[in-house]
Amino acid sequence: MALKRKFDTKAAEGDMTAMIDMVFQLIIFFMVLINFSQDDQNQSIKLPSSELAKPADVPLENPIVLNLGFNGNVYMGPETATIAGLRPLLELEANVLKANGKSAKDANVIIRADGNSAGGMVQELIKKCQESGFEKFALRAKEEINP
Amino acid sequence: MKFKSRSNEKVEMQLTSMIDIIFLLLIFFVMTFKIAAQEGDFNIRMPIGGDSGAADTTNLPIKLRLRSNTDGELIDIVVDDSRSFGNDFGKLRAFILQQTGGNAPPNPEDGPEVELDLDYNLRYAHVISAISAVTGQRQGDEVKRLVERIKFAPPRKPQ
Repeated sequence: MALKRKFDTKAAEGDMTAMIDMVFQLIIFFMVLINFSQDDQNQSIKLPSSELAKPADVPLENPIVLNLGFNGNVYMGPETATIAGLRPLLELEANVLKANGKSAKDANVIIRADGNSAGGMVQELIKKCQESGFEKFALRAKEEINP
Repeated sequence: MKFKSRSNEKVEMQLTSMIDIIFLLLIFFVMTFKIAAQEGDFNIRMPIGGDSGAADTTNLPIKLRLRSNTDGELIDIVVDDSRSFGNDFGKLRAFILQQTGGNAPPNPEDGPEVELDLDYNLRYAHVISAISAVTGQRQGDEVKRLVERIKFAPPRKPQ
């Protein structure tokens, strides 16, 4: 007895439209939220929190970011130095500013210090920057969600 | 003239490679995504002479002494070597509110200046709390500014 074929020989194809729509929505969501400006942040630094810390409306001009770790090391971009040995790096930054027609006074030194580091180390860091001609400082803190 | 009729077969795009790329993009964004709290700055102007701008013409040059124990925990807040607030930043803020009348002048250069003098070991988190207590007060989504000019005394030697 000959059996009748139950299924069509054509390959079964699912409708991909809904899935592609969903995936595009996810991509747009992540693209909008991605923040490349966090590249200069050292993730080992646990910033202290403050109820008044709010992102500035206008970004600081000529920013120089110094990350101060709990152990007293200063992370400046890819470079690591102690506070005492920071001068050559600061002089380099000052020279770059000078080459652009500006001076160290025009720069904003952003200090991202670990909340557990000694306050005296932050003072020493500021003093070291002052010796290289920097005047404007910004102490960075993270926003306190539930004050 | 007779025209050839087009085939009625459905034209299907090959979507496989596009979906592959889309998934790669999605994986990239998912892996690089991190939720981080927003960050803000406390601005301090401190030239090497220690003079942070115009002279303080108000009668409020406040010297804030922060004492710590050997573990770096805050034990006492002393204002102008006379008033002690223990480790209560709320009381310090109330004092600043009382002294400034609750409003910072329109030009920050005209306002009072607070000098922070702290023990070397004091945890930096306490320093930020002190600066927060002095510089403003949050009222809902608004921030009421109190003192704009902050400076540090020279660092004390480690204990």
